[in-house]
Amino acid sequence: MPGITREEVAHLAKLARLELKDEELDHFAGQLDDIIGAVAAVSDVATEDVPPTSHPLPLTNVMRPDEVRPSLTPEQALSGAPAQEQQRFKVPQILGEE
Amino acid sequence: MTVIDLVSYEDALASYDPVMGLEVHVELGTQTKMFCGCATVPGAPANAQTCPTCLGLPGSLPVVNATAVESAVKIGLALNCSIADWCRFARKNYFYPDMPKNFQTSQYDEPIAFDGYLDVQLEDGEVFRVGIERAHMEEDTGKSTHIGGATGRIHGASHSLLDYNRAGIPLIEIVTKPITGAGDRAPEIARAYVAELRELIRALGVSEARMEMGQMRCDVNLSLMPKGSQTFGTRSETKNVNSLRSVERAVRFEVQRHAGVLDGGGVIVQETRHFHEDDGSTTSGRVKEEAEDYRYFPEPDLVPVAPARAWVEELRATLPELPRLRRNRLREEWGISEHEMQSVLNAGALDLIIATIDAGAPADQARKWWMGELARRANETGTELTGLTITPEQVARVCALVAEGSLNDKLARQTIEGVLAGEGGPDEVVEKRGLKVVSDEGALGTAVDEAIAGNAAIADKIRGGKVAAAGALVGAVMKATRGQADAARVRELILERLGVQG
Repeated sequence: MPGITREEVAHLAKLARLELKDEELDHFAGQLDDIIGAVAAVSDVATEDVPPTSHPLPLTNVMRPDEVRPSLTPEQALSGAPAQEQQRFKVPQILGEE
Repeated sequence: MTVIDLVSYEDALASYDPVMGLEVHVELGTQTKMFCGCATVPGAPANAQTCPTCLGLPGSLPVVNATAVESAVKIGLALNCSIADWCRFARKNYFYPDMPKNFQTSQYDEPIAFDGYLDVQLEDGEVFRVGIERAHMEEDTGKSTHIGGATGRIHGASHSLLDYNRAGIPLIEIVTKPITGAGDRAPEIARAYVAELRELIRALGVSEARMEMGQMRCDVNLSLMPKGSQTFGTRSETKNVNSLRSVERAVRFEVQRHAGVLDGGGVIVQETRHFHEDDGSTTSGRVKEEAEDYRYFPEPDLVPVAPARAWVEELRATLPELPRLRRNRLREEWGISEHEMQSVLNAGALDLIIATIDAGAPADQARKWWMGELARRANETGTELTGLTITPEQVARVCALVAEGSLNDKLARQTIEGVLAGEGGPDEVVEKRGLKVVSDEGALGTAVDEAIAGNAAIADKIRGGKVAAAGALVGAVMKATRGQADAARVRELILERLGVQG
């Protein structure tokens, strides 16, 4: 039973904005399939009385009071930006020409 | 650009039944963001309210804002929803620079509130129940400015600039169940629903919900099904419809457009559409190329939210009177019609009138000034009533001065004019402008005597029994006192002097 198909890997790569060559798709599809297969083994040992778990800690309701804490200065916030303009993060064209 | 064939609204409704789905985003009025302690002050300098968490920097961890969760529960309860006893946040993954994390923290299949309803009242008093599918917690995105294109649009822009002050501000998304059975009243119901929701949010004190400031935004889903059919048609989703009037217009336009496509044998494309304020039309936005694939998964950095039942009940007990019920109660107390109440609401005068009554004015007087003189002034200057520089307390003081006979209506109007012009409070304006009604009987008597002497012919008529002619003499006295006399008292004095009974 394959865990993931080559087409699904291609779709995921597109969603993740990764450009993969054909041979890379073959390569990763095989690898990911192995990984998914390994993870799927968990399902074999989980019985009806074991609920799916998304968090390993038995904690709920970790919250903070609605109190303002210091922010970064705009200079600090922008210090890692590859480009900036008007004290804002400058990003490349979002929509290509149609 | 393709030409859109619109069918007349009446014809469209003769053949089809509209089905609506409304998604409303409300920005909560919390002091800090949903998952970090950054301030949420509007109008701050760009990127002055960000931190490693809301910028998505490596190693940062989110922590939920307790007040935002409380607000979400209150909204859920006010919408008659069930409150989840355990729910998680989820990551909604997408690539767009408005979220520096490349995902929005939202809720997916475990909303904090679900399965409720909101009763909305239409202008004629009819009540329509809108089912609520869910209300969930999420965070707002940053603000993009598109450079280089026409009129700031993303199309044709060379690049974009991002301000992340808004990224991470708590949002509650409220989604209706499919609204069926609205028929030709669909646009009206959509508007009434958003208006009612806005009032409710304000009454709960969780947000000011000012649509013009983007604190409340609406997406309108609409489809048509042929009359008699029970199968929903394909829907369009009109994004960011951001005023009550626009909600109504967007529904109406989409009904007409869908009918045009369907009548012509076409099929509706499932797509997002942009609404245009200028002509009330919508245009095609992004066709949902592939089915949206956000790869939601439980947010590993946040633990589940599990509202304790006792706490939920505590919150339920603090809910204010529902706005619709409060309006109906006030309407009855004030003894006014649905139509008059609607005018009050449309003018945004309800809270001002209530505050004026709370400050001691009789209800009819409070309503009269806000809906009359003050509404006229606001209209002239193109401001909202709340933007006028007069307080309910000051209006109440004017009412009191009228009631005690110190001012007549004309002088009261001048007093209000002075207050609006920044000349001080009512008493100060009356003092400075010398607006008090002439109650000095001596001065008034002299003015009356002069009027009688100066209009002997009219005085004779009155003596002869033509009491109605007294009006002319009252006018003369009012003129002589520059309007500062109590007209009723002047009339009494004239008749007394001339020896006739009123």
